[in-house]
Formats: sequence, C-alpha cells, structure tokens
Amino acid sequence: MTQGLTPSQTVGPFFSIGLTDATQNVLAPEGAVRIAGRVLDGAGDPIPDAVVELWQPGPGGTLWGRCGTDTEGWFKFVTERPAPEEGAAPAIDVLVFARGLLRHLATRLYFPDEPANDGDPVLAALDPGERDTLVARRDGDALRFDIRLQGDQQTVFFAV
Amino acid sequence: MSGASGVDPPLLYPDYRSTRLRAPLRPLLPLPESFHDLESPIFGHESVGELDRDLTRQHDGEPLGERIVVTGRVLEEDGRPVRDTLVEIWQANAGGRYKHEGDRHPAPLDPNFSGAGRCLTDDGGRYEFVTVKPGAYPWGNHPNAWRPAHIHFSLFGRAFSSRLVTQMYFPGDPLFELDPIMGSVPANARDRLVANFELGLTQPEWALGYRFDIVLRSTPFET
Repeated sequence: MTQGLTPSQTVGPFFSIGLTDATQNVLAPEGAVRIAGRVLDGAGDPIPDAVVELWQPGPGGTLWGRCGTDTEGWFKFVTERPAPEEGAAPAIDVLVFARGLLRHLATRLYFPDEPANDGDPVLAALDPGERDTLVARRDGDALRFDIRLQGDQQTVFFAV
Repeated sequence: MSGASGVDPPLLYPDYRSTRLRAPLRPLLPLPESFHDLESPIFGHESVGELDRDLTRQHDGEPLGERIVVTGRVLEEDGRPVRDTLVEIWQANAGGRYKHEGDRHPAPLDPNFSGAGRCLTDDGGRYEFVTVKPGAYPWGNHPNAWRPAHIHFSLFGRAFSSRLVTQMYFPGDPLFELDPIMGSVPANARDRLVANFELGLTQPEWALGYRFDIVLRSTPFET
C-alpha cells in the first residue's frame, strides 16, 4: 500500500535543544581535513540558526556529522578526504537546515587543487561561477566553504 | 510551486517572513547520477539513553503540563517499516517556552523540563515518547502571530534522500489557519502533520495518547 509522504517543516530557531551535540562535528577523529565556513543569507548576513550536515562515503559505511552555526554563522568540521571514485572527483554531500528553510537544502563540497575535478560530471555541467560555489578554498591549514543561500553568488543546490 | 515530492512546502513562501532572504531563488539543479545516496549513519543502542524517550523523567521532579504519550511508526512510501532508525524530538514546555537562550517569550521556564528526546524505532518501525503537551507561543512573523502547539521531529530513514525534519501538530488547534509555517504545505497534505488523539493509546489515570506516523521517501536498499 502506498503511504502519503510526510511534508517537511522548518527546523526552527531552537533546534540546538535537540539536534546539536558539540562533538558531532568530528566525522573522523584522526582526520586531517578541517573545514570551516559560514552560512549567509541573501543580504550577505550570517545565519546564526542553521545546522549543517556532512555525509560522505567512508571505509566502514557513511561518515556523518553535523554542526550548528554560531552567532556569526560559522560551522566547523574535522573529517578525512573521501577516497577517489571511478569517473568522479572526491566530494562531500552537504545538507543545510535553518529557520526560514521550509525544506533542507543539498549541496556538495569539492576539494581545491584536485586534478579529478576537471573530469567530474557534476562540476562539468556547471558554469564557472556556479562551480566556484562548490569548490572549497584553501585557507591556511583548513578548507573554507561558505554557503550562500541567496544572491548573485548563491551556492548551487540540488533537488534531492 | 511546491517541492519535488509534491507535498513539501516551497522554499520561498513570503507569508513566512524568514524565507524571503533565505530561500534560494535560482532553481535547484537535478540531482546528478553520481550523487551518493549514502546509507544513513548507524546510531547504535548505546547512543540512546534509557530516559531519552521520557521527557518527564529527565530531572528530579516532574514537569508541569498535560502528560502525553506520542507514538507511531516510521514507514517508507511502500509501507515498509524503518527499523532501528533514530527519531529525535524537541519542543517548548507547557507554557510555550523553549529552554533556549534565544527564546524571549515571557513565559516561565520549567526547571524539570529540557524539551529534548530521542529513541530508536523497533522492528516494526515504532517509536514512543512520553512528554508534556507543548504550549502555543507568540513569534515575530507578523502582528499577533502565534505558533500552534507543535513538536519538532528529525528523522533519518535509510538514506540521504530520506532525511526529514518536520513538525507534529495537535488536532483541532484554532491556530492552524493563521500559521504560515503549516500553511506553506499544500492543503491536501497538511493533515499529515496532525497527530490523531486515540483513546486506545491513552493510559487511564495517567496520560493522553497521540498517534503520529511518519512516511519517508523509499530507497532502493534491501535491508
């Protein structure tokens, strides 16, 4: 029997009561990849009530983590680089939830200086400006990945 | 325009003011074939404490309010139960106040209520929480705006594509028609967000019972 899907609703401003445990932003404790970024709205202002999830293939199953943004819109993760795949560049799937988002958004983080990016079919289908929104920037010993929900530099989001 | 599933709200819903600067305005791109539909992370039984599903027993005393049992099944579209999946909830207390520094509603905090719960579904996809009925509360969306009483739910299901965050409402609330968050859902699917009161789930001399089943998108995995 087919069941009717349950509709999505916003995570609201107070999700940290139930959803964010401070340790959940470490996907791989020994991982060398540090990711930091901000979630920004259409005016360029930081979003202090978003939660970002990372999903990536790992050796023993999915590596997953989440992090609520701070008052300046920052999130941070520690993880490892996913193994290369046939015909695709390594990437981390990213979900964004926030007050004001009636459904969550899905995007992708690609690694800078990755030769396989050139042959990746997802990146190849985008124009250069769009592609730039998915490729993290090197920032010291970390990767910087800002997520812009709206505006000229809006991050590319995918229909999940 | 509603979401790809036909039951989800649109991203831009101007009556819900916070969507105006947060909804992406460029069309979402089709999901590439190479997108991982990763299996959901596994949350083992050790990650969920015995009292996590009973929000009335997390402190020295009992919270004020109307004690309720909220139970139901997590299913896929084809009716298959989703077992051993993490269900997380959070809510305001009986006075309509969240235990959160950002909540400015001048209603009392309850020292015996934190408002967060979690559990894993059983082999039939069933979950059950004991809590108190949350209060309605005002918010700044428009003059004299009030949210109907609700409990937030977060679900994983089997895979990335079945992830869902939603809200459960209580039957017969006069605030439904005035609430743009519930109103953002296509009219024919709104009742899927409303729990059913059931006398059969109601425990005599103790707690009212509500049933709320949750249906997630199916995934191709065999489990």
